[in-house]
Amino acid sequence: MREKIKAFLPLFGPKGQNCFGGLGKKTAAFALCGILAASCLAGCGDGSGSDKKGDGTELLNVSYDPTREFYAEYNDIFCKYWKEQGGSDVTVTQSHGGSGSQARSVIEGNEADVVTLALAHDITAIENSGMIEEGWSEEFEGDSAPYTSTIVFLVRKGNEKNIKDWDDLVKDGVEVITPNPKTSGGACWNFLAAWAYEQQNGKSEQETEEFLTKLYQNVLVLDSGARGATNTFVENRQGDVLIAWENEAYLSLDTHPDEYEIVTPSVSILAQPSVAVVDKYAKDHGTEELAAAYLEHLYSDEAQRLAGKHHYRPSNEEILQEFSDKFDLEMNLVTIDDFGGWDKAYETYFQDGAVFDQIYTE
Amino acid sequence: MEQQIVKVKNKKGVRVIPGFGLSMGVTLAMLGCFILIPLASIFISASKISFQEFVEVVTSKQVMSGYLVSFSCAFFAALVNGVFGLILAWVLVRYEFPGKRIMDGMIELPFALPTAVAGISLTFLYSDQGWIGAAFDKIGISIAYTRIGITIAMVFVGIPFVVRSVQPVLEKLDRQYEEAAMMLGASRMRTFFKVILPELFPALLAGFGLAFARGVGEYGSVVFIAGNIPFETQIAPLLIMTKLEQYKYSDATAIALVLLIISFILMLLINSLQIYMQKFSKA
Repeated sequence: MREKIKAFLPLFGPKGQNCFGGLGKKTAAFALCGILAASCLAGCGDGSGSDKKGDGTELLNVSYDPTREFYAEYNDIFCKYWKEQGGSDVTVTQSHGGSGSQARSVIEGNEADVVTLALAHDITAIENSGMIEEGWSEEFEGDSAPYTSTIVFLVRKGNEKNIKDWDDLVKDGVEVITPNPKTSGGACWNFLAAWAYEQQNGKSEQETEEFLTKLYQNVLVLDSGARGATNTFVENRQGDVLIAWENEAYLSLDTHPDEYEIVTPSVSILAQPSVAVVDKYAKDHGTEELAAAYLEHLYSDEAQRLAGKHHYRPSNEEILQEFSDKFDLEMNLVTIDDFGGWDKAYETYFQDGAVFDQIYTE
Repeated sequence: MEQQIVKVKNKKGVRVIPGFGLSMGVTLAMLGCFILIPLASIFISASKISFQEFVEVVTSKQVMSGYLVSFSCAFFAALVNGVFGLILAWVLVRYEFPGKRIMDGMIELPFALPTAVAGISLTFLYSDQGWIGAAFDKIGISIAYTRIGITIAMVFVGIPFVVRSVQPVLEKLDRQYEEAAMMLGASRMRTFFKVILPELFPALLAGFGLAFARGVGEYGSVVFIAGNIPFETQIAPLLIMTKLEQYKYSDATAIALVLLIISFILMLLINSLQIYMQKFSKA
């Protein structure tokens, strides 16, 4: 037994004075260099692979945080559907994180076949890097947004401060939690929804700016992301109201059923999480057809109902009506087009030195 | 006896790692791949914008206030760590008590814990609804979402640096000097400040510098406990993230570059002071 162990351990010399005694120093050094060189080459090989990889049955869906449970269920539905259509077995891998950082990861080489992100703006950023072809937003119905959401308020049970609408948020003593629109794409919608409320009530540009300034003065913590803001409000019990996406507000209700209420303001904005095929990587992987089918099937009745179950508003009107007791369909929802599209809105409100930056002064 | 030792040292193959050439090669490769090339890429990326734009970015009011928050909080945190790290190291070296080993091991936990986890739990404890925060709230001090909160997160991530720098020096410190000082009639205070502290000071300074640098760059834990309100509790690393979210890579690296240069200068100053102190204490 002992002999055997020794035979397996040639590196440890008989008397242990030299680590590489048995082999000789030079051989060991060469071996070591060889291993290093080989691992370097292997590493490079991974990075430079522009040739076709995979057999076209694997999909990587790069998505954002709150869609985790939805896509976990949807993947099963899709795999079944694809097999019924005569396709082969498909494996879908999901990746979740902040929408902006997920988009960056794709730009920097995360080989996603499809992206399903919170904002059209993030997908446009991938488009600008040349990985998604122009016109992606027309590729699927409804600006390539198979499900939508909106901005609502999450308040503590009982709604002590009696928060009903946007103008309640600027009152003295109301503490608001919302993420920073400059670090959280999702939080841009919060800002725009408040803006839309003032505009719909016939306020001038300047009055609206003052309103927003007041609102952000009531903001206690300006978290860097939506998840952080929810954590601040729910776990650390800070503030009276959290401005949140409807689907995320429902997720908080799911986890803490008796502690919170959802308040729907009279005016809000239609948030359209968008989807797109990442053309470059799908081509490389030979999954173009599969990726397109994966996104197309999001519009099927089954998937639309699933979206509704996971608190997203289905884009299919009929199915949306089925959820009329869950979602407030009476809300006055403006769209991003009322702001002249994403790029324009971003330029006007959120760019360095734009409206949002003027809210905060020394 | 003397000769024998020399002989053993020169005997072929006594070195644990083979060959100067190979180990030096590995050292350079490691330095290059993990430190120099990434740092150089910051310079290259920052150089994509013109000098004027660079100056505009790094001197904008928000960025300047970000630097101020980061450096001032990191400085106070390092100061707190300097005092309490020294006491901790002292207790761990000089006294014997049950559970000492466990305590010693716990010092390193801030290294192992993901900083986001640390940030979330610190915020949970120090917010006005948390266990510790509620007590301070009663006397009118709020900790979380203020600069005090930022400092506390930096104290947390920096404490191991001071303890681990001071500990070995304290262990080697000969007690004879203290005894001699006592015998010669020096008070405890005087013994500490005139005999012990000068010996420990270089190590303490090194620990201070490391804790400070760690605090300046800290993002993960601070971002949760800071309120992130511009001009009040917004740290410089968060501004870097802000720029990245806007896909402004060069602006982000410009801020990072200034952070890096200031940190480097400060570390250099601390190191020179340390060398000066060492010479001074030997003279």
